[in-house]
Amino acid sequence: MSDTILKIDNLKVNYGGIEAVKGISFDVSKGDIVTLIGANGAGKSSTLRAIAGLVNISGGSIEFNGENLVGLDTTAIVSKGITLVPEGRKIFPDLTVEENLRIGAYMRKDNIKDDMNRVYDLFPRLRERHWQAGGTLSGGEQQMLAVGRAMMSKPKLIMMDEPSLGLAPLVVKDIFTIIREINKEGITVLLIEQNANMALKTADWAYVLETGNITMKGTGPELLEKDDIKAAYLGKK
Amino acid sequence: MKTKKITKGTLITLILIFAVLIATVILENTINANSILFTVIRKGAVYSLVAVSMNLLNGFTGLFSLGQAGFMLLGAYAYAILTIPDGVRDSVYYLFRGSSFHFSTVGFFEGILGSEGAAGFVSLILGVLIAIIVAGLVAALFAFLIGLPVLRLKSDYLAIATLGFAEILRAIFQWDKLGKVTNGANALRGYPTFSDFNITNEKGIVVLRLSSVVPLIIAGLCIFVIVLLINSSYGRAFKAVRDDEIAAEAMGINLAKHKSLSFCISSFFAGVGGALFAMFASTVQAKTFTSALTYEIFLIVVIGGIGSITGSCIASFFYIACSEWWLRFLDNTQYIGDYQIPLFRNGFRMVVFSVVIMIIVLFFRNGIFGHKELADIIDRKKKKKPGETAAADSSEKESTQEGETI
Repeated sequence: MSDTILKIDNLKVNYGGIEAVKGISFDVSKGDIVTLIGANGAGKSSTLRAIAGLVNISGGSIEFNGENLVGLDTTAIVSKGITLVPEGRKIFPDLTVEENLRIGAYMRKDNIKDDMNRVYDLFPRLRERHWQAGGTLSGGEQQMLAVGRAMMSKPKLIMMDEPSLGLAPLVVKDIFTIIREINKEGITVLLIEQNANMALKTADWAYVLETGNITMKGTGPELLEKDDIKAAYLGKK
Repeated sequence: MKTKKITKGTLITLILIFAVLIATVILENTINANSILFTVIRKGAVYSLVAVSMNLLNGFTGLFSLGQAGFMLLGAYAYAILTIPDGVRDSVYYLFRGSSFHFSTVGFFEGILGSEGAAGFVSLILGVLIAIIVAGLVAALFAFLIGLPVLRLKSDYLAIATLGFAEILRAIFQWDKLGKVTNGANALRGYPTFSDFNITNEKGIVVLRLSSVVPLIIAGLCIFVIVLLINSSYGRAFKAVRDDEIAAEAMGINLAKHKSLSFCISSFFAGVGGALFAMFASTVQAKTFTSALTYEIFLIVVIGGIGSITGSCIASFFYIACSEWWLRFLDNTQYIGDYQIPLFRNGFRMVVFSVVIMIIVLFFRNGIFGHKELADIIDRKKKKKPGETAAADSSEKESTQEGETI
């Protein structure tokens, strides 16, 4: 196993008395695709939002490359090399595709031209439509834009919150191909999914979250074979 | 990718602006200088600046604030207090037995450069400019302080809080106890106005009238700065905050900092607008800066298009021309031959004006320009000829297409 890039220990998140995440611990190894799967309300999104500094945590620790992230604001966390692709894509609808990508590089002061071209090479559709308003793109294109925008900050770790949400099965396949491609470039990916089948096939390592606790872990193929998983997430008996 | 190249539309817009400036100078020196046209130009310029400053906040950062009149008031008072010449201060503040200030920026420069001829004119320009900048800074400082608690609020709540701030400010400025500074509820006057920029010869006869082009130039420069800001990376960040706060935050944009920045910059220019308004009106009185003034400005922003700078400017002149000039005749009893036209009496102008505004809002849902600029619209028309591109795809909304370089 390679180095740990992200280490979560006993993480707790409360929303006004309701405990959404009840003390979970997990590691993400450098260069891996790691997925958290689980049903609605399992605490997946809350975990990501806590890592990104968008919600305050009520206990536990988050370490990135050995540095403590707890108490930092999102701006500081992004500049350390973590980006979040939010749930539901959340691109900027009134900005052009190119402006959206530039916002992704907002924290950087160096030249972004090469990275812009890299994103355009990865997503030729975005280059075609670089002057179009983000809101006019199709769902799949918006997801590409959201991923491209996240890549513009030159992250070491990309966190994706349900990238397949509301997309057609064929497009979902494309998205997962892209995730593997991004990963090949050396970016660690932490993926949250309800589409357990696709997520487990793609992931190097996976955790199962249930009502705020981690109940299972293992490599993707291992979990795919487990009967509980099949019954609960894949609809097979 | 590409550096921002000047498109044909931008060029045409710039040429139009220069044409207006030159035409203003020529007209003012040839036709009757008391014509209502020049009032419209001066007031339109002032309102343009304030409308654009409001648009920066409401249209580009998505913060619905209604405090513009309050910041104008701060700017107007700061300007007036700084520039009333020492000699007339006692007569202005006679009810309070003199002012607590014995200083004017113009007088300060006259002390250094001399007050005669060209030196006096330079002193006037420098003094007025410094006072205008200070007026903006005062407004920006208040915006920063008010913003600390208020910018945590969203949409309607922010609007109510800023509106309340403006009203409180107006009351405070009329308070007798501050009379030595604000002259209480009485007007401040005697400070340099636009007509002081007319160049006169030794006998005091005007040789070159500049009183209408000066507000155009000052407002134009300020608006130009705002345009540069909007096209910078800060402007993009403002727009990102407007479009989606969570996503903007996830990209590392510090929401509190950017909201505060936008609020302060907008208020700075509202303060400058207030100073210009003081120069236009030639008296400053707190009771002018009511919430009705803010609504007027907001109406202009909506008519022009929330998120369009050129829209706000054109709407300002259109609005002022309608309310001050073109519809004036409706307020007077009119006759066709011996027949007296019914309904034409005092106040009828506002009825017709309301109808005009309703018609505009009905037919232009997003204002006259939407969130496009004049330059985009000119470029768009030119582009249609070579055949439609991929634009007509899945767009329900009009795409904010940037003009291709020609």
